[in-house]
Amino acid sequence: MQEINKEYQPLIVAFCCNWCSYAGADLAGSSRLSYPANVKIIRVPCSCRVNPMFILKAFQRGADGVIMCGCHPGDCHYTTGNYYARRRMTLLFDMLDYLGIEKERTRVEWVSAAEGVKFSNVMNEFAAKICELGENKRLEDLRCKE
Amino acid sequence: MQRIGVFVCWCGSNIAATVDVKRVAETLGQEPGVVYSADYQYMCSENGQQLIKTAIKEHGLTGIVVCSCSPRMHEATFRKTAESAGLNPYMVEIANIREQVSWIHKDIEEATVKAIILGRTAIAKLLLNTPLTAGETGVTKRALVIGGGIAGIQTALDIAEAGYEVDIVEQRPTIGGRMAQLDKTFPTLDCAACILTPKMVDCAQNEKIDILSYSEVEEVKGFVGNFTVKIRKKARYIDEKKCTGCGICMSVCPSKKGLNEFNMNLNNRPAAYIPFAQAIPNVAVIDPEQCIKLKTGKCGLCSMKCEAKAIDYTQQDSFVERNYGAIVVATGFKIADLKYFNEYGYADNKDVITSLELERLMNAAGPTKGTLLRPSDNTHPHVITFIQCVGSRDISGCGKPYCSKICCMYTAKHAMLIREKYPDTEVHVFYIDVRTPGKNYDEFYRRAVEQYDVDYIKGMVGKVYNENGKLMVQGSDLLSNEQITIASDLVVLAAAIEPEPSVRKIATLLTTSIDTNNFLTEAHAKLRPVESPTAGIFLSGMCQGPKDIPETVSQASACAAKVIGLLAKDKLKCNPCVSISDDSMCIGCGTCANVCPYGAITYVDKEFRLGGGKTEVRRVASVNEAVCQGCGACTVACPSGAIDLKGFTTKQIMAEVEAVCKR
Ligand code: FES
Repeated sequence: MQEINKEYQPLIVAFCCNWCSYAGADLAGSSRLSYPANVKIIRVPCSCRVNPMFILKAFQRGADGVIMCGCHPGDCHYTTGNYYARRRMTLLFDMLDYLGIEKERTRVEWVSAAEGVKFSNVMNEFAAKICELGENKRLEDLRCKE
Repeated sequence: MQRIGVFVCWCGSNIAATVDVKRVAETLGQEPGVVYSADYQYMCSENGQQLIKTAIKEHGLTGIVVCSCSPRMHEATFRKTAESAGLNPYMVEIANIREQVSWIHKDIEEATVKAIILGRTAIAKLLLNTPLTAGETGVTKRALVIGGGIAGIQTALDIAEAGYEVDIVEQRPTIGGRMAQLDKTFPTLDCAACILTPKMVDCAQNEKIDILSYSEVEEVKGFVGNFTVKIRKKARYIDEKKCTGCGICMSVCPSKKGLNEFNMNLNNRPAAYIPFAQAIPNVAVIDPEQCIKLKTGKCGLCSMKCEAKAIDYTQQDSFVERNYGAIVVATGFKIADLKYFNEYGYADNKDVITSLELERLMNAAGPTKGTLLRPSDNTHPHVITFIQCVGSRDISGCGKPYCSKICCMYTAKHAMLIREKYPDTEVHVFYIDVRTPGKNYDEFYRRAVEQYDVDYIKGMVGKVYNENGKLMVQGSDLLSNEQITIASDLVVLAAAIEPEPSVRKIATLLTTSIDTNNFLTEAHAKLRPVESPTAGIFLSGMCQGPKDIPETVSQASACAAKVIGLLAKDKLKCNPCVSISDDSMCIGCGTCANVCPYGAITYVDKEFRLGGGKTEVRRVASVNEAVCQGCGACTVACPSGAIDLKGFTTKQIMAEVEAVCKR
């Protein structure tokens, strides 16, 4: 696909749980609160559905930052899902940091269905951070490069 | 190989103004697996749906991708469309190019490219979709209403009217809620008790309604149509079945220092008490904090005098467990804490009161028997100043950002009632704006100004301080641009309202969402205002947002209609996106069962063929599809990767990740 912009556009993958964060993103949309187009959302039923493999895969395929959003602790639609996700992500992000993917490139945020403003703020902020860090070179599967 | 159709919606100009829909349709039409693509003004309209149906039939499509608004909006619509054209409804994927693209991006090129990527992602997922069929479950034909105020009462009465059983769980000793505390109601000025208490009696007499007062919801399990709820009945130290409500215990109780919550703590009540004369159930309760017998073991007067032998000092909290098909939250509101508003002197001056306290002071059953007297010295106040928007519409972070909605009207009511009863009283009202939308509301407010001569001053109050027994209200009059000070005898604060604090715990128990102000979130602000986003949970009254009584009652009835609609069904379709375990990979470790919040996974011994005529019995996980809610916790926890979630399989999500990452 052709390049849209000459300058570097980081790629950000956002995993959003269906019940809070995806709805929060919808609210950001219906409130016309913009955030960078390079944030791409993947809908999952709950934050606990986010397998560390998905995140590794994203980094392998050239994502520059990955953010996982879920309901606030205690508010998970499935009661406890986000607690598992939170612990899992802490471990994963530590490991990624060790592998050379800076901690700033990974993030967990709790966004409720009513927090459209928070959603767009978080995305803007995160995208700005990733822009600052620049392209992510580690973990890229070189076989994927043409 | 699948034959996929892509349908790009313009959503009028909502999408088409920012996204080049034709280019999206053309580009996605070239994707492997896609055999047909089209764009149309309104895909969700009759004609749009027809276009989809025709395409499915004519091109033999095996799956469709609709690039449109959020799946939370129309996924269900397009699934039905697909189904009516003979396609499995789960062979539908939505690319959200409205909320995630056209509404937030301005640059057409950028937006179009993103729309294409989202479309590709949906195609990548759809290529791995398999047809799913939904199972069915029964519906328990009984509803639970949490909260026994006017909202809960009206909802319960309407549900019972339709012939279904309803339980009301109320945390206080009686139903009636806030409305029972009110004196008169706007805009008709009829007395609150006169219109509320007959409804309370109806609840008590209706054989379909069971009132569990002085009770709290403790635990909620299950899902729409099949909830199991554990309710704690707090110890009242009175046998409800024996108590006749005669009130002898109240009159003999020597401990009289308990604060009377019903009268907003303006006077005291005995340790053994009935909150108010028309309480339902008309049964006493003993306050363990105040009861001398319970605290020291000495006393027991009430038990000696009680003819019904209803007093039981050994009573403990008890639990009941019941099944429900639907749950209604009607937990109501309270007056917000004024601790950040020291400038009004509420904490230091007895004669600075909230409107709800004034309500009690004017009520014939209140602490002053309806004569308006100052709390400090029991004299008649001659100058009364009302301050509006105390803690409402406050963006400083100390108060609430929202308008509490009812204050303008009740202040007009108070001002009018006071001027009517005590014409020699001077009444001033400091307001920011007067908001009176509603039938006969503005007329009502104008009567206060024109007929009753209430002095409305546009401006904010800076501070209230005590000078020689007078409350000096210092504020600005914005219209004359002057600083003014009014020496008053009584100051009434129209304090912000906030949701009853127990709603937080209840929202957590019901796994339904709450907004930043602790109001419960409705499924759709305009189109589904009485349903919560969690299936089977409904919202009635103030727990959802500030409302006056007429609005609360209409919402309560609307809520009942929704509940009745649900209970009238014999079967509900289950969510087919549930977990499935691959026996050949499962090692029976038990991890998945540990993380499952629903207990949907059990272990069974199964016999497996090993070849050569030999068999082996192994323990493997088995998912109960009716109980699984499809969160996916087990899929990630499973160390051997044996469990997957239908509709959101690991492969599907991996494919999505790859698709969004493709540059
Ligand atoms: S559903 Fe949102 S985190 Fe579990």
